[in-house]
Amino acid sequence: MTTKQGTGGPMIQTHDLRRTFKSRKSEIEAVRGVDLEVQAGEIFGFLGPNGAGKTTTLRMLATLLPPTSGTATVAGADLATEPQTVRRRIGYVPQGGSTDPAMTGRGELVLQGRLYGMDKSTAQARAAEVLKALDLESAADRGAGTYSGGMRRRLDIGLGIVHRPSVLFLDEPTTGLDPQARARMWDEIRGLREGGTTVFLTTHYLEEADALADRLAIIDHGRIVAEGTADELKRQVAGDVVTLGIDGDIEHILQTVRDQPFVREASSEDELIRLYVDQGDTAVPQLIRILDGEGLRANTISLARPSLDDVFLRQTGRSLREEPAA
Amino acid sequence: MNTIRDTWLIYQRSMWLTIKQPVWLIFGLMQPILYLVLFGPLLEGATSAAGATTNAFNWFVPGLLIQVAVFGAAFTGFGLIAELRYGVVERMRVTPMSRFAMLLGRSLRDVTMLLAQATIMIVLAIPFGLVVDPAGVVVTLLLLALIGLAFAPLSYTAALTLRSEDALAPLVNGIALPLLLLSGILLPMALAPAWLQSLSNLNPLTHAVDAARALFNGVWASSEIALGVGLMAALAVFSVWVASRAFARATA
Repeated sequence: MTTKQGTGGPMIQTHDLRRTFKSRKSEIEAVRGVDLEVQAGEIFGFLGPNGAGKTTTLRMLATLLPPTSGTATVAGADLATEPQTVRRRIGYVPQGGSTDPAMTGRGELVLQGRLYGMDKSTAQARAAEVLKALDLESAADRGAGTYSGGMRRRLDIGLGIVHRPSVLFLDEPTTGLDPQARARMWDEIRGLREGGTTVFLTTHYLEEADALADRLAIIDHGRIVAEGTADELKRQVAGDVVTLGIDGDIEHILQTVRDQPFVREASSEDELIRLYVDQGDTAVPQLIRILDGEGLRANTISLARPSLDDVFLRQTGRSLREEPAA
Repeated sequence: MNTIRDTWLIYQRSMWLTIKQPVWLIFGLMQPILYLVLFGPLLEGATSAAGATTNAFNWFVPGLLIQVAVFGAAFTGFGLIAELRYGVVERMRVTPMSRFAMLLGRSLRDVTMLLAQATIMIVLAIPFGLVVDPAGVVVTLLLLALIGLAFAPLSYTAALTLRSEDALAPLVNGIALPLLLLSGILLPMALAPAWLQSLSNLNPLTHAVDAARALFNGVWASSEIALGVGLMAALAVFSVWVASRAFARATA
């Protein structure tokens, strides 16, 4: 049942993919021209705030939602003309779960295998294999309703990989999981890559994109605003980030520091001033001296390497961290 | 080939999940049994007082069976809404399985359940005085299966469109109740004023009820048998066509 296609070339390629939702009165452009390339064997992260168009893009690539316009090839097949071939080669793990609480884990896995065309004994053997790999053997014959959140999520992944797909789509795989279960899920996802599966995952967690994705795209309001490895993206932010905590005349201080030659960019947000500088370690003492000279003071001062949040902030003018944790 | 195989897989799964929840089988039987026990004897008294010669239960039970079939099938969309919420439908739509099988497997489960309920009803009615003609019962069960295939797919289509129990319940009640009242299951339509009778004549279920009554009373010559069975078969084909399209394009 392993699906194979020619090696080399991207596993997923989209061109100007768009999706508009029409209601009686309004049109919502959820995805507004997405161009993506995902290479075989990588973990590709799709990072963005809630409502950015991540799930809509994923559902289009998984054949669940027809694009309004644009083209895509997924796992070597054209999304529009060969959806059945795409379906055979991909796995999809939706965000909200995919199991009936009354069905046992084993029952769901065997059925899923059979829906992909396996005969009964092959499906049973494969279900046992997946249960073992995901450490669900002891719960295999209990109803999925009795599983913990982490177990149910692993079963969802199992249902997505029963037929050994070339590409696995994961929609927010760790949302709602506690830190241990999340770390565990990351290991499982890395394990899938080791096994040769291309993984395309969406997330609104910066740490997750940073830790897990080989390459990532940042999406906001239906458009890709940045794409590359996490390091490449952070380098684009240019240098280090110095954050000053101010409770005085923030505009005056912003003006003063912005004029310094070693400051590339400065912006303020509430009582914080954020500076992008080439060399953080030499910039901090200079900043203190300058502020002192002007009779100004900062309450706090901190220095950080740029994070993906800085990348997001720079591209969109907003912080991803403002999203309350789901 | 794949469609038959996939239909069988979905049928097995649905049957298993239904049998695990026997509550619904019992709920489905509760109301008709109450009618049988608490209303049937009253009807019998009324008809004999009116000097009718036919057995009241042979008149009443066929209509009751149609009611069980219509309500049982019309409410089956509720189970699909739960499955939509669990993400089960979406998970299956990502597989290459037949879309038609998603509908047919579930609908055949519904037909199986309503035939089981109908059989229980018939057996329970015998002590009350129901006289059973085996050939007539067999054709009636076929008629009930067609009713299941006519109403269950429509319920699934509504479920896929509305995706909410709160919206589905009034819709189903709003359609099923007038259809059943107009079909004359409780009292003979002959007692109705002319306008109500002509409305009743336009209702396909009226002819299904008349067909079932003819079958239970061995009136094989009745033209209502062919008309009732034919109308339900046509409605079943139409419903299955509409619903399979809904399953094929279901989004969101």
